[in-house]
Amino acid sequence: MLAKDFLTVGIFAIIGIGFVVVTLLASMIFRPHRPSDEKRTTYECGEDPIGPAWLQFRVGYYIYALIFLIFDVEAVFVFPWAAGLLGFSKSHALAVLGFVDMLIFVSVLSFGLIWAWKKGVLEWK
Amino acid sequence: MDLLGLIKELGVIAAIAIAVLLFVLVVVLYLVLKLRWVIARIQSRLGPNRTGPWGVAQTVADALKLFQKEDIIPCGADRWLFTIAPAIVFVPAYLVYVVIPFGEGLTARSLNVGAIYISAISSIGVIGIIVAGWASNNKWSLLGAFRGASQLIAYEVPIILALAAPILITGTLDLDKIVQAQAGGFWRWNIFQGLPMLPLAFLILLIAGLAEINVAPFDIMEAESELVAGFNTEYSGMKFALFFLAEFAASFTLSAIIVTLFLGGYQPPLHVLGAQITAKLFGVIPLFSLISLFWFLFKCWVVVLGIMWIRSTLPRVRMDQLMNLSWKALIPAGLVNLLLTGAYVAFWMAK
Repeated sequence: MLAKDFLTVGIFAIIGIGFVVVTLLASMIFRPHRPSDEKRTTYECGEDPIGPAWLQFRVGYYIYALIFLIFDVEAVFVFPWAAGLLGFSKSHALAVLGFVDMLIFVSVLSFGLIWAWKKGVLEWK
Repeated sequence: MDLLGLIKELGVIAAIAIAVLLFVLVVVLYLVLKLRWVIARIQSRLGPNRTGPWGVAQTVADALKLFQKEDIIPCGADRWLFTIAPAIVFVPAYLVYVVIPFGEGLTARSLNVGAIYISAISSIGVIGIIVAGWASNNKWSLLGAFRGASQLIAYEVPIILALAAPILITGTLDLDKIVQAQAGGFWRWNIFQGLPMLPLAFLILLIAGLAEINVAPFDIMEAESELVAGFNTEYSGMKFALFFLAEFAASFTLSAIIVTLFLGGYQPPLHVLGAQITAKLFGVIPLFSLISLFWFLFKCWVVVLGIMWIRSTLPRVRMDQLMNLSWKALIPAGLVNLLLTGAYVAFWMAK
């Protein structure tokens, strides 16, 4: 059953990639191909580009990405927990256990978020 | 299973995949046209009205035009990455449609991890955007790509937190089962359950979703007045068309997810408006899944119109406002909402 599920996803992926390849190749038949130096310069408001585009980049983006990683890992825990909690709620003890688990988890996460906030990481400078 | 049976099965799945692809293409053609009409109406303009009756052939004409445009790869660009970036953006946007329940029994394949699948697959697109921006060898593209990536990752967290709420009260990740749990009338839809947690989750999903599909007021990654066109500045022809296609496919996906998780999916708003009315009117049962398909598409259409209304009336937010809205408002609200919904499910729903 599981194999069949992801076989479907795999075939969808093949069809999707096939569509991209076919449209790109098909348009090759109709489109002109006359590259010139002016045409191939990158757009910089009409001026000749100054310097390379692959430069050092501000670290702000990187810090946001780091915080995001922590929060995205949370999804791995949140989804199974969310799907299972209703089944747990049949018994009071299990329901308390299930809820307290998430309470602890979210508290740790929120503590991290508050710390980052206080540190000024979330300021876009 | 014998070989012949396997080939037959693969053929059936491939046929479904192609049908879904055609559906996506038709929906995108319609959405582009509708968006231009709606924005034109809101801005007191006429909008496309020359190509065919009322301009209905406008997007077809645009697609044909893009089809014959020269494909320019800028000098100094990374040719391979530049070429595969549109595929990395388009394919995930299309793959999401595997699990979307279009109607009763009209799901390509109902995965038991549907909700995780959607949030996992749809986030692959970010990589394509980064790749496109990086490979273009253009400063605007790179800036747009970095902005886009930080926006998309910032709004992915609230989406996950908001998706958890309907999953909690239905107790399953399978989108088909989530829709089935909402049968019986509009008051059974998830948005009206567990007040006020579920409506809040709906709101978070709507706002974060708008940012995730980067339409105005959250379109800063391709803000024309600041960044030329963002990550796709250097793209032309079919490659540009693929980005465009992925963007509109994603905006239909968003409304489909909202409808599935919160607005009852393919369930009619009143029970009598479902199978019973078709049985009365036409006296046949095969229309059963068609009427559910109608309700699904109708609800998606309403949500899409709402999104178009929002994007054509609100001004664009600034980059720092954008980041603050997610990290300082939506994520804390989402965490609190998650806990409250959890408490509701664990201590109230069982009784």
